[in-house]
Amino acid sequence: MSNKIVSIHDLKREFKMGVEIVRALKGVSFDVEPGEFVTIMGSSGSGKTTMLNILGCLDKPSEGSYLLDGVDVQKLSRNELAVLRNHKIGFVFQAYNLLARTSALENVELPLLYNSSISHKTRHERAVKALEAVKLGDRLDHLPNQLSGGQQQRVAIARALVNEPVMILADEATGNLDTRTSYEIMALFQELNQQGKTIVFVTHEPDIAAFSSRTVTLKDGKVVKDSTNTQVRSAREMLAQLPIAADY
Amino acid sequence: MKLFNLIRIALKALQRNKLRAFLTMLGIIIGVAAVIAMVAIGQGSKQSIQDQLSSMGSNMITIRPSSNQTVGGGARLDASGLQSLTLDDVKAIQKQATYITAVSPAVQSRGQAINGALNWPTTIQGVSPDYLTIRDWPLKDGITFTQEHVNTADKVCLIGQTVVENIFGSEDPVGKIIRFNKIPFKVIGVLGEKGENAFGQDQDDIIIAPYTTVQKRILAIPYIQNIYASAVDENSSAQATTEVTDILRTSHKLKATDEDDFMVRTQAELINTFSSTSQLLTVLLAAIAGISLVVGGIGIMNIMYVSVTERTKEIGLRMSIGAQGTDILFQFLIEAILISITGGILGVILGITASRLVTLFLSWPTLVSQSSIMLSFMVCAITGVFFGYYPAQKASRLDPIEALRYE
Repeated sequence: MSNKIVSIHDLKREFKMGVEIVRALKGVSFDVEPGEFVTIMGSSGSGKTTMLNILGCLDKPSEGSYLLDGVDVQKLSRNELAVLRNHKIGFVFQAYNLLARTSALENVELPLLYNSSISHKTRHERAVKALEAVKLGDRLDHLPNQLSGGQQQRVAIARALVNEPVMILADEATGNLDTRTSYEIMALFQELNQQGKTIVFVTHEPDIAAFSSRTVTLKDGKVVKDSTNTQVRSAREMLAQLPIAADY
Repeated sequence: MKLFNLIRIALKALQRNKLRAFLTMLGIIIGVAAVIAMVAIGQGSKQSIQDQLSSMGSNMITIRPSSNQTVGGGARLDASGLQSLTLDDVKAIQKQATYITAVSPAVQSRGQAINGALNWPTTIQGVSPDYLTIRDWPLKDGITFTQEHVNTADKVCLIGQTVVENIFGSEDPVGKIIRFNKIPFKVIGVLGEKGENAFGQDQDDIIIAPYTTVQKRILAIPYIQNIYASAVDENSSAQATTEVTDILRTSHKLKATDEDDFMVRTQAELINTFSSTSQLLTVLLAAIAGISLVVGGIGIMNIMYVSVTERTKEIGLRMSIGAQGTDILFQFLIEAILISITGGILGVILGITASRLVTLFLSWPTLVSQSSIMLSFMVCAITGVFFGYYPAQKASRLDPIEALRYE
């Protein structure tokens, strides 16, 4: 069992809003195996965001268990959670969340700055490697405002890769991008997945879910569907099929 | 290693907001510069008063007849009319005192100094050769008189710069004969320039001659008017005063119940009086400047609060990629300290420059003391920690989920 990346069993999360108790997650169970590309689908109010926060170790479940790479999150303190995030999770956000006026390289180095066991030299090498992996090896010194949306998201992906996490957790990572760029980013995710990276992608777009190997659908705080995708679409092929935009 | 990383992070964060960092720093810069410049002005004026007092001879002890004594019909006499000090007193002090290195009797008279067609009203001071040692007064030209001149009541004199200017002009006075109250004196030496004393008197407007000469040939008196003495060093002036008092009481055959018929005054007393006044001035100026430092500190706090709010999303991101609460706390604290310490360094430089400019353009004496630099620098660092802590703590306690979603 311990070789599972994510192991969630009967997980519940309740919030107190004044006197009312809002039950965002009402007993969710699923596992993620190494090398899987899972999308978590759901409309707003389905408990998707709460699920994401818990998966990302930003929040702890009220009940039930969550094991990330064999570590029981429930037992950890705030600081231990931070260390866990630093070592095991790579976040990719919808709004990229890059530090402004900070070069791509420095943005990517950021997670390693909070890991004191990594030397200055290693930090630099790994950041360059991560940027090369997202094909931005020639843009190391560019500032976020000198990069396009797609490029910024690729810097963010490099930042998520640099600490060699067990899982990349993406939150609507294509939400701010146009179709073509979305496909480019999805192609990158697929490529990383083929290299063995475990990816959990939270989205509300069924279109995006088609690129993953498995889809977990949430509704009203419960898993309503957990299906393996037999016909995974290739983002690269989709990209090739797109007409060369006439407005370019 | 981790602290080093945090310093890097803080430095980068400041770099991204250079103008704001500088403006925040400005409060500290002005505060520190004000403290240093103000204290420098206060200390400078204190030092210059001390120097002026020291120019009269810093170890000098003056003994005067006391006017408490009544003569004849109960009328009190002016000090110059009192005759309680004699040469025997001088000899007694010379023989017995251990805290006194040099002693000189003194008699003064005012009169007209004449050289050819020029004349000038001045004072003749009759003293022993030790007087110049007591006053720490070098000769500019010629030689001083000796005990031999004193013994024979020789009509030789040393003249001060003001007298030289008024009755000799550019002529060389050494070897010339001048007349003082119609009595001819041979000028054997010229005194170095002393300038004004702390009371604004011109110390160079003087003729110095052997006391016997002044006693016998000008005043025709057997007693002396003052005694000047020099204590071993500045710190022993109190012991010297007690010692001299004892010697004179014995010499004057005073009973235990009798009041002193003389006064012993030291320069140290005067210096203390003036110093305490200027010390008060220094403290006052420093307090005003200190207020501006506090205002600068509040400026840091204000900006750090704004910065924490503005960078909430950044804090959320940092937390999501693994920054612990303490990492965020230290980042903001280090930012605040960097601002205040850099501000402190620039403030010290500006303060020293301002002090120099004050001296240069207003000719006020200033003295930049190391202690004021150290003090304001420490206050700065403490200000950074104190005013930076609360905003930093606020940042460190943010919930990463809410911080990430903050717009």
